[in-house]
Amino acid sequence: MSFIYNIIESVLPFAWADYKFMKNALLAIVIIAPLMGVLGTMAVNNKMAFFSDALGHSALTGVALGILLGIKNEMISLVAFGVLSALLITRVKNKGNASSDTVISVFSSVAIAVGLLVLSYGGGFSKYSAYLVGDILSVTPSEILCLFITLIIVLVIWAFIYNKLLLISINKELAASRGVKTVLYENVFSVVVAVVVMLSIKSVGILLINSLLILPAATARNIAKNSRTYLALSVVTSLVCGVGGLITSFYVDTSAGASIVMALALVFFVTYIVRKK
Amino acid sequence: MSSENGCGLCKISVKDIGVKKGKDVLLSSVSFELFCGQLTALIGVNGAGKTTLLKSILNEIKHDGTVLFESHHGEKIENITIGYVPQHLDFDRSAPISVEDFMLIGRTSSPVCFKKDKKQSKAIDEALSMVGCLELKQKTLGMLSGGEIQRVMLASALYPLPELLILDEPVSGVDAKGSEKFYEVISDLKKNYHIAIAMVSHDFGIVKEYADNVILINKSVLKSGSVDDVFSSSEFKESFFYGLD
Repeated sequence: MSFIYNIIESVLPFAWADYKFMKNALLAIVIIAPLMGVLGTMAVNNKMAFFSDALGHSALTGVALGILLGIKNEMISLVAFGVLSALLITRVKNKGNASSDTVISVFSSVAIAVGLLVLSYGGGFSKYSAYLVGDILSVTPSEILCLFITLIIVLVIWAFIYNKLLLISINKELAASRGVKTVLYENVFSVVVAVVVMLSIKSVGILLINSLLILPAATARNIAKNSRTYLALSVVTSLVCGVGGLITSFYVDTSAGASIVMALALVFFVTYIVRKK
Repeated sequence: MSSENGCGLCKISVKDIGVKKGKDVLLSSVSFELFCGQLTALIGVNGAGKTTLLKSILNEIKHDGTVLFESHHGEKIENITIGYVPQHLDFDRSAPISVEDFMLIGRTSSPVCFKKDKKQSKAIDEALSMVGCLELKQKTLGMLSGGEIQRVMLASALYPLPELLILDEPVSGVDAKGSEKFYEVISDLKKNYHIAIAMVSHDFGIVKEYADNVILINKSVLKSGSVDDVFSSSEFKESFFYGLD
């Protein structure tokens, strides 16, 4: 780790880079941002903005469940419940009823309520409020390592499922007629998104995680004309705004997550105005 | 059925297709043969089971019966390659997916957003030229007209080259010029490739002009044969012009 710290210090001779927590936060965001940028492209293509929002909310119940079940590492219950929710929401979404968004919305509210109920029992919610707004400055080297391994695994899975997902995003029936197992691929993707969202939630926060997933891709979509520029722009937007927001937050003394999302929103609106005709 | 087929050597046998939904019988023992180099039109009134039949052939729904390919060596293959052009592609027109991306999806297993290799790119050029859409290669799918989309869909359905091509009212809602261009391509295909074509259509004018054979169905095969045979049959009149005399 100190090797990487040294590199950061020599490459980035700025005041903020002197702090260990900033170096950790920088490493975390350099991993999380591209991950979200990549996954976001498909999430937006497949109209999953609502899905990931509900997924983020379910994190609170995930933490609560972990406490109820006496699991020491809350990450385990968080990821497990996230995966379960993702599969459930995907199933409801695929039922295709007009009411599926209502059902997802109800699920999302219940997940928040149950989480709050359990975590606030006895008046001790404040120690969990970090989950709401996130705290990227407290990310630890082992968490960074975990995120890095996730990045590698996700990129490998991504390469395998990309074409299938793209075809599904164009038209599900067409994909099925070409022999694509649509349910399987959608589920794999939902699970991947769930794992990434849950692992990043401690750093980014329940309230902001969805913007990190959706905004870079939505921005790229404003300008991109083909799948390559779409992906590239999404990743670049995510990285630039992620790092930019983090550094800004250091100097202006604001929440890192909020600064990152503000940067993303700014770029989104600019591209929205100048978007392709 | 008429035995005058384009190559006269290969055929696709659809045998005893039956589909039930609950108590309702949607199709019962539908059998027919599709010949290489020929366009067979499937016609029938609304609710006759045309789409159900296509879905059975595509193996998208549970059904009885088999679809078998018999080559001229007498070789029988059960898993044939089927190309499918749906009636109307319902998709998000703002999606940043280019025609090139779309064409590549079925051809490569590496993500289509990566750099394309030259061989693939050339093959796509050829496929798009065949349907007269080469100049659309770099365009976003959402920018194409209805007729252009159908031709791009056709081009992508032809890789890998299928034994059977299924068209489900391929140009309904496309303007006359677009429709004509589409059928020009289909006629070319018939002439130059070893491929059987099945098409669902409501447009008897088009059926008359382009189809070699016609199969009239309503839950089962009512009548099949040449266009003239079927169109002059009593079954045809009863199906479409009942009580109109």
